[in-house]
Amino acid sequence: MTNEDSKIEVTESIEEITALSENESSENKPKKNRNDGFWRHMKKNWILYTFLIIPVVYYVVFRYIPMFGNIIAFRKYSAGGNIFGSQWSGFKYFKQFLGDPAFRRAFGNTLILNFSYLVVRFPLTLIFALLLNEIKWLPWKKFVQTVSYLPHFISMVIVAGMIKEVLSTSGPINSFLVSIGQQAIEFIALPEWFPTIFVASGIWQGLGWGSILYLAAIAGINPELYEAAKVDGATHFQQVLHITIPCILPTITTLLILDIGGMVGSGAAFEKVFLLYNPMTYETSDIVSTYVYRMGVYSGNYSYATAVGLFEGLLNLILLTVANFTSKKVAGESLW
Amino acid sequence: MAEEKKQLTEEEKNKITEEKLRIRKLKKGIKVKESWQYRVFQVINVIIMVLICAATLYPFLYLVAQSFSSEAAIIKGQVKIIPVDFNLTTYKSVLSKGDFLGYYKNTILYAVFGTFFSVLFSSMLAYPLSKPQLRLNKFFVPFIIFTMYFGGGLIPNYILMTSLGLRNTIFSFILPGLIGTYYVLLMKSFFASFPHELEEAGEIDGLSKYGVFFRIVIPNSKPIIATMVLFYMAGYWSNWFNAFLYLEDRSKWPVAYHLRQIIIGAATSADPGAASQENMQIAANIKSCSMVLMAVPIICVYPFIQKYFVQGMMLGGVKG
Repeated sequence: MTNEDSKIEVTESIEEITALSENESSENKPKKNRNDGFWRHMKKNWILYTFLIIPVVYYVVFRYIPMFGNIIAFRKYSAGGNIFGSQWSGFKYFKQFLGDPAFRRAFGNTLILNFSYLVVRFPLTLIFALLLNEIKWLPWKKFVQTVSYLPHFISMVIVAGMIKEVLSTSGPINSFLVSIGQQAIEFIALPEWFPTIFVASGIWQGLGWGSILYLAAIAGINPELYEAAKVDGATHFQQVLHITIPCILPTITTLLILDIGGMVGSGAAFEKVFLLYNPMTYETSDIVSTYVYRMGVYSGNYSYATAVGLFEGLLNLILLTVANFTSKKVAGESLW
Repeated sequence: MAEEKKQLTEEEKNKITEEKLRIRKLKKGIKVKESWQYRVFQVINVIIMVLICAATLYPFLYLVAQSFSSEAAIIKGQVKIIPVDFNLTTYKSVLSKGDFLGYYKNTILYAVFGTFFSVLFSSMLAYPLSKPQLRLNKFFVPFIIFTMYFGGGLIPNYILMTSLGLRNTIFSFILPGLIGTYYVLLMKSFFASFPHELEEAGEIDGLSKYGVFFRIVIPNSKPIIATMVLFYMAGYWSNWFNAFLYLEDRSKWPVAYHLRQIIIGAATSADPGAASQENMQIAANIKSCSMVLMAVPIICVYPFIQKYFVQGMMLGGVKG
């Protein structure tokens, strides 16, 4: 139930705030007796630092150790073995999967699914936010928001179940097709339908939630701008075009750039694809993370699968860094 | 001090009412200009929103309708939005079978325990990180944020959990998602705007840092705590993948994993790790009934917490 783009945007603003406050506090202190000051600082604040013990241990064990566990991508690891006791294998697994057509297919599918989802979702969430903002009757606005955020909280299992029920041969869509004289389509079993199902269900689940950040940005616009425009005789449409959109342009740009940065990642799509795909549709549905699962957990090629996962993770990190850099240059906003 | 503040607020109030009057006047002046195009747009906007709401709610209503219908009617494709051959037998049979209730109990257990510890540790992490005077935050904040962008991936996590010997325990279900970095950052920004006077007052009254945190900060941070409870609870409630990876023991399955087995059984029996033959003939009404039973608690709780999480999300995102 994560929504990557909203996460990123919020993190970014939080980041900058902390960066600012940190700069201030460090500037105020003389740098001379820093060491001395450090011990005094610890003496004064050590109790607050003890809050961090359990969470930091958690991060070390469950976040950083697996990160270093990636090392088995360069080793010949077998189930039950020791991560650090196996033989080095160099880049053998990387060469292997780069030559594997199944990997290339999965990689291509990841890009295609991510890209088509982005192209459809991005304008729709923006338009939805703008339309939502035009609703003047508050109870109705609240109702629309409540309804449209709801699917975000529904388990992917239920979403997948719904998709299968609605698209089943006896489901409403097929009954409709039959009633207008068409043949029923077994959507779930046809590879050419998979991207459509993926994108459409993503919109169904994420449209409302994706609009929250735009709404927040719109709420932060100075109302005097609208007043001035009204005095100048601007129509509603002109106000949206010349005030609302330019004011939230930094948000739009940042979200877009970061979405593009997340293009190679397949973690967010994993659950849905894993619940909906089947060997008949692998051609269009198999993505990198599901491929990693099948190679690793299912087939037991741990090192090979880790190599694939590491490759994707690093590529993702690089792309995000580039995107972040671009965002900083273009929109003046960045994650870190 | 206090009196000054009051005066200020009164002045501000006056200002605000003046402002309101001005806006009202302006609006009156403009209402004439409120073109027919805009009215047409408003009507179209209502229609679009109604359509979106209908499209969002339809799958839910369809599931509910199926769960009350007979199997024969579903197979014939007669169920659209109103139950056909209304009956309660599906619910009775699902609920009277011992295993479904068992899975449900597991889900509640995992969600309650998991949420409690998640919220506890997330807030304990976020609270010191929100204090600008703590110098080591310069290290700790990037330390946790980095994990959002790069991680161990599936296989190393799987190996870790297996080698810690936590398979088939509640820990393997809860630990992978115990602390969500993004949620910690949300809490951090909330705590950063927490009024320091309250904390100081607590310290003057002789409370320790822990006392201040648990007896002043937490009780006065209801919006963010409620939001976190909802987010974590929904996460644990929905999670089937941890169970799929680590819980072989049927008696420990949560309802989400049971559902996954039911749902996946029909179309993808050749899929690795797919459900066994026995699950393949599960009827649509039983599937729907199980899905409805699983979704109901979240649907019921969520609207009450909505105002809090919208606040929380806005707080973080407003600057953009």
